[in-house]
Amino acid sequence: MTAITVNVEEKLFQNRYRVDAGRPHIKIKDADICTNECGSKSCTFVCPASCYKTEGNGTVTLITDGCLECGSCRIICSEHMNVDWEYPRGGHGILFKFG
Amino acid sequence: MKKPSQFDAIVVGAGPSGNACAYTLAKAGLKVLQIERGEYPGSKNVQGAILYANALEQIIPDFRDDAPLERHIIEQRMWLLDETSFVGTHIRSEDYNKPPYNRYTILRAQFDKWFSAKVREAGALLICETTVNHLIMDGDQVVGVQCDRIQGDVYADVVILADGVNSTLARKAGFHGEIKSENVALAVKEILFMPEETIRQRFNIGEESGVVIEMVGRITDGMMGTGFLYTNKESLTIGVGCMLGDFKNNPNRTSPYALLEQMKRHPAIAPLIEGGEMKEYCAHLIPEGGFHAIPQIYGNGWMIVGDSGGFVNAVHREGSNLAMTTGRLAAETVINAKAASKGYRADSLKAYKTALDDSFVMKDLYKYRDMPKVLHKNPQFFTSYPDMVAQAARTMITVDGVDKKTKEREIFASFRKTRKLTGLVGDAYKLWKAIR
Repeated sequence: MTAITVNVEEKLFQNRYRVDAGRPHIKIKDADICTNECGSKSCTFVCPASCYKTEGNGTVTLITDGCLECGSCRIICSEHMNVDWEYPRGGHGILFKFG
Repeated sequence: MKKPSQFDAIVVGAGPSGNACAYTLAKAGLKVLQIERGEYPGSKNVQGAILYANALEQIIPDFRDDAPLERHIIEQRMWLLDETSFVGTHIRSEDYNKPPYNRYTILRAQFDKWFSAKVREAGALLICETTVNHLIMDGDQVVGVQCDRIQGDVYADVVILADGVNSTLARKAGFHGEIKSENVALAVKEILFMPEETIRQRFNIGEESGVVIEMVGRITDGMMGTGFLYTNKESLTIGVGCMLGDFKNNPNRTSPYALLEQMKRHPAIAPLIEGGEMKEYCAHLIPEGGFHAIPQIYGNGWMIVGDSGGFVNAVHREGSNLAMTTGRLAAETVINAKAASKGYRADSLKAYKTALDDSFVMKDLYKYRDMPKVLHKNPQFFTSYPDMVAQAARTMITVDGVDKKTKEREIFASFRKTRKLTGLVGDAYKLWKAIR
């Protein structure tokens, strides 16, 4: 399959969110583990909302605003268990209009 | 130390399993609290989505009178796709076009809201915008839940977990471990709006009838998974799902959204969705581990229903019907336990598992218990086979002066080249063994 570039932000723009400002429901436990011990960094391409990004220096950043709450990142980080995953506070996060 | 129970039962979650459970309990006169973390029931829920009538009929026989249903399905297409073509079957019957209809497309945000209204009519108390953080234990007995509200501790005789595929509560309480990436599929989908008239013309359907298309082949980039396209009233739902472990290990590092975008551009699909206006993009995990992945589903003061128990029949794309049935059977177990004053220890709630074993839920999951393993070990079912079939059909149908006997030989030679004779026979045997 030939790789294509997709602007996922454009897709997420259609969704309705109530962001819990300053209280992300998912956290990277130890940033050093992502940088130094994780070779695959699979969260950076498996996350369907592209919340995880690799920076030039090899670190991984996480912005949860567009999170679709699927839980994939928590499950695939099985070697390092470096994802601290909770549901958002009641009423916050993604609000599906159609589901 | 034990606080007095404020409710007979607490149901966590207002999806199909939680609603089926809370409805059945409330209808029987039990004092039920249902807790939903979304702004309204359905706002956190994602599904394909197909509703199978039978499971709901057993709970609300006259649901067709006012449930928000999109289209009843009169035609199912199964497509095998290679890079440029598709070969498929269409099953369409006028029998499917006569009431009572067997299955419908739905929009979950609307359907769950409707189902939840029925639950409240039956007498259950629903609290939305509330996330349950922990189960409250008294020794080895679940006695309530701790919510993210001030004074958010609530007590009940029994707690039913209908909190969906991620089921953090059962995991935190140590009832089962983390989900394995080979036991869940990650699916992404979009809803594309277009005029109703366009949908009717493109799919050759009437005002209320609909079509589902299930797809296997190159669209999943060698991963174990399927694509789907469903007709709603004024929109199409298009999506693709593959095993999460396959996404993680895919050497192409293909993103789910890239996979979906690629699928939308397939020449067999693009004309069907052309002009559709994308209004929502969703992602969801689907528990597809089947029989062997079902965790412990009952204990002292607790039961697990629906997706949180892994109740999905991946082979037949059934989920919401298993969810509703498990919810109903869990509720009936509680009702019986209360009537018999048997208490809510594991030995009493075990009746839930027995009822499930006797139902289609466990019978079907048991029948296909080896299917996930067989498919996973044999990726050719998602790559070489769709290619081979599509190519064979193309070769036979192309008229180019080559005689049919020669074409047959070419096709067979290419089959043998791709899969060898022992491989072909072996695959057929493995499949037969896994589904018999």
